[in-house]
Amino acid sequence: MAGQTPSQTVGPFFHFVLDHKGDEVLASDATQGERIAIEGRVLDGDGVPLADALIEIWQANAAGRYDHPDDRQQKPLDPAFHGFGRCATDESGRFHFDTIRPGPVPGPGNTLQAPHINVTVFARGMLKHLVTRLYFEGEPLNADDPILGLVSDPERRATLLARRTNGKDGPYVFDIRLQGPNETVFFDV
Amino acid sequence: MTDPVPYRREEKGAQPPSLFAPYVSAQKRAPKQPLVLMPHTLSEVTGPVFGHNKVTSENSDLTRQHKGEPLGERIVVTGRVLDENGRAVPQALIEIWQANAAGRYIHHRDQHAAPLDPNFSGLGRLITDAEGRYKFTTVKPGAYPWRNHANAWRPAHIHFSLFGPSFVTRLVTQMYFPGDPLIPLDPIYNSVPDQKAAARMVSRFDLETTVPEWALGFRFDIVLRGRDATPTER
Repeated sequence: MAGQTPSQTVGPFFHFVLDHKGDEVLASDATQGERIAIEGRVLDGDGVPLADALIEIWQANAAGRYDHPDDRQQKPLDPAFHGFGRCATDESGRFHFDTIRPGPVPGPGNTLQAPHINVTVFARGMLKHLVTRLYFEGEPLNADDPILGLVSDPERRATLLARRTNGKDGPYVFDIRLQGPNETVFFDV
Repeated sequence: MTDPVPYRREEKGAQPPSLFAPYVSAQKRAPKQPLVLMPHTLSEVTGPVFGHNKVTSENSDLTRQHKGEPLGERIVVTGRVLDENGRAVPQALIEIWQANAAGRYIHHRDQHAAPLDPNFSGLGRLITDAEGRYKFTTVKPGAYPWRNHANAWRPAHIHFSLFGPSFVTRLVTQMYFPGDPLIPLDPIYNSVPDQKAAARMVSRFDLETTVPEWALGFRFDIVLRGRDATPTER
C-alpha cells in the first residue's frame, strides 16, 4: 500500500490560479430546480473575517443525483448542472454562490439524507482543509438526517443550518466560524 | 440501494493536525472542537468531474506563457497520481502555483522586495492521463521570507491542488526540492507528524527526466486516498 501525500496549507497566494470569476455560479437559466443564493462569511477565533479563504461546494442536482459515475441512482441528470462551485472570500470575508436547492440523496442503510451542500474550506493558516455541510433551516427532512443526527447538541447542530433572510426569496446565510463561540461543526471524512 | 464503498481514512501521522503551534497563522484558524466522524455516503464518494474543455496544453508549460522566456533554472516536474492501493488516478485535475526564480509571486498581496518577472506568471493546470501521469515545465521557484518567526524563510516549493475521483480525495499540498537547507526549519513542512510521510512531499532529482542541454528533471508522485476495499464491479 502506498502512503498518503500529506496536506499543506493553500497559503495566501492561490487566487490567480484557483479563483476564477464565474466559478461561484453553478446554475443557469436552463438548470432545473429552485434557484437559491447562498451568502456567508468566514471568521476566525476572534471573529475577524478571513480575506484569504477559499470555499468549494459540491452538491446533487434538484432531483437528488450527483453528476458522477458512482451515482447510479435511477434519477435524471441535468445537463445544465454539474454541482461544483468555488469562491474566494473578499476583503470582508464574504463568499457567495448562485445555485439550486439540491434534492435529497440516499444515506447509510435505507436512510434518506436531507438536502445538503458539501462544503470545503481552505485558507492560509489551515494546514489541511476543513469539511462541513450546509443544510437548510426549516427543511422537514432535517429531523431524520443521519449526519445531522451525529451532532447531538442542538446549538452545535444549528451551525450547519443556512438561514433564509429577507423573506422567502432572500439569500440563505451560512457563516463559517473556524473557532470559538458558535464554532461551526466540521466533519472527519 | 447498497451503501457506497468507503475510502480509507486519514493515515495516522501522515496528515498535519489543524493546530501546529509553530505555525502562527493556525492559532486562530484551527477548530477547538473535535471533528465529527462521519460515514462516507454518496455525497463523499462522488465529486466534481473535470473534462478537457477548460484545459489547454500550454497551461502545463509555465515557461511559454509570455512573449519571452522567464529567468531562472528551467525544470521539468513530472510524476504520477496514484491512490493508496497503487492504482493510477486518471483524469485528475492538477493546478499548480509558485513564486518566480527570485522568490516573488505575481499575487498583489506579495510585497517581498524581489523582482517580478514579466515573462513568468507561475500558474499551471492539466489533467492526468490514463496512467495518472502529469508533466509541467517551469523554473525553479526561489525561497522567500515570511513573518512567521524571526528570519523565517519558506523553502522553495510548488503548490499543488488536486481533485481525485471523489469529494474525500481532494488534496492541496506543496512540493519541495531535495537537499533544501530550509526544509528542516519550516513549520509548515514540520507540521506533518511522521517524518517519513513528510518526506513524500520532497521531489527527487531524476537524471532520466532531465532534458540534455535544456532542463533539470524532478519526479514527484502524489498519493491520494484509495478505496477501503476493491469494488466488485466497474
